[in-house]
Amino acid sequence: MKILAIIPAYNEAGNIKAVIEDLKSFGGDILVVNDGSTDATAAIAQSMGALVVSHPFNLGIGGTVQTGIKYAFQNGYDAAIQFDGDGQHRGDQISKIVDPVQRGEADLVIGSRTLPGGYKMGITRFIGSRIFHCLIRFLAGKAIEDPTSGFRCYGRKTLALFSRFYTDDYPEVECIITAARNGLKVMEVPVLMRGRLSGHSSITRRKSAYYMMKVTLAMVIDAMRGRELIEEP
Amino acid sequence: MDLTKLASLGISIGIFVFVLWLVRQRRLREKYAILWLCTSIFVIFLTASRRVLEVAALSVGIYYPPSLLFLVGVLFLLMVVIGQSVTLSRLSESNHNLAQEMALLKKKLEDLGGEQKEREKAEKV
Repeated sequence: MKILAIIPAYNEAGNIKAVIEDLKSFGGDILVVNDGSTDATAAIAQSMGALVVSHPFNLGIGGTVQTGIKYAFQNGYDAAIQFDGDGQHRGDQISKIVDPVQRGEADLVIGSRTLPGGYKMGITRFIGSRIFHCLIRFLAGKAIEDPTSGFRCYGRKTLALFSRFYTDDYPEVECIITAARNGLKVMEVPVLMRGRLSGHSSITRRKSAYYMMKVTLAMVIDAMRGRELIEEP
Repeated sequence: MDLTKLASLGISIGIFVFVLWLVRQRRLREKYAILWLCTSIFVIFLTASRRVLEVAALSVGIYYPPSLLFLVGVLFLLMVVIGQSVTLSRLSESNHNLAQEMALLKKKLEDLGGEQKEREKAEKV
């Protein structure tokens, strides 16, 4: 199976080397999507032998992940994993999220920190996460314990769907609804994660009210849309 | 319920539903929809209780309550228009960068194609 690791990176010069080294053993290609970084992120990634795609300016996390998804879809990969550039995700956990896709049991696998054996998160994030957990259960009938986790594996069908529909800002929770609504099999597995190496969350306290409103609205409306998945010929 | 109340209620609910419909059609982003949804909820709230407007107007020394509504409305629209101008500026900036980036990439591709042709020619000779 041909697998691509997508690393969304914005000014991660301090972390990217360790992240790529961590990924060297996973046995697929490594793509760093450089979201208009103003530091040496792209140059370091290139020198480490990773594939690098650079946006001419900053698009945000959604657009960055989607660029990787489009690359994987257009270049015939069977699956892609999303692996954050800040060092939170661990290379030795990859097989846990890839295996269900490989066995054909899931189209979208989320690596979860809150399932037994996972990793603790901050209190604000925990509350937001619980609210989204309930919304997803109500809208899609699925119990996802850690819907904001960015450690994911996308199967071929999911790559096709998200190549077309993947929102620019705060896509993690909304895209679970998009996948479920189109009949894709969403699965969650417990994984281990690290604390951040450096940098801080993109969602500050001030932004979190807007974040909750935007994502809730997007989820409710997305659940009202019809089926949009187009099967590959 | 008098006719003005009914009309303003109808219009705000209409706008609310229209905005939701636009988002569902993917013609309006959630980011911008939130503003309009909040506005229509605010108007529905004002319609439901005229007392709120009267108390608010008198407390800031305005004796004709509807003028407070006009003032707030005009200021609000002003903020929205400034916000849109900022967005528009950002978009034209990125459009400008995209056009340049594309032109440079096109040139790079043409140069690569030319080099290849020359190499093939040299191999034939």
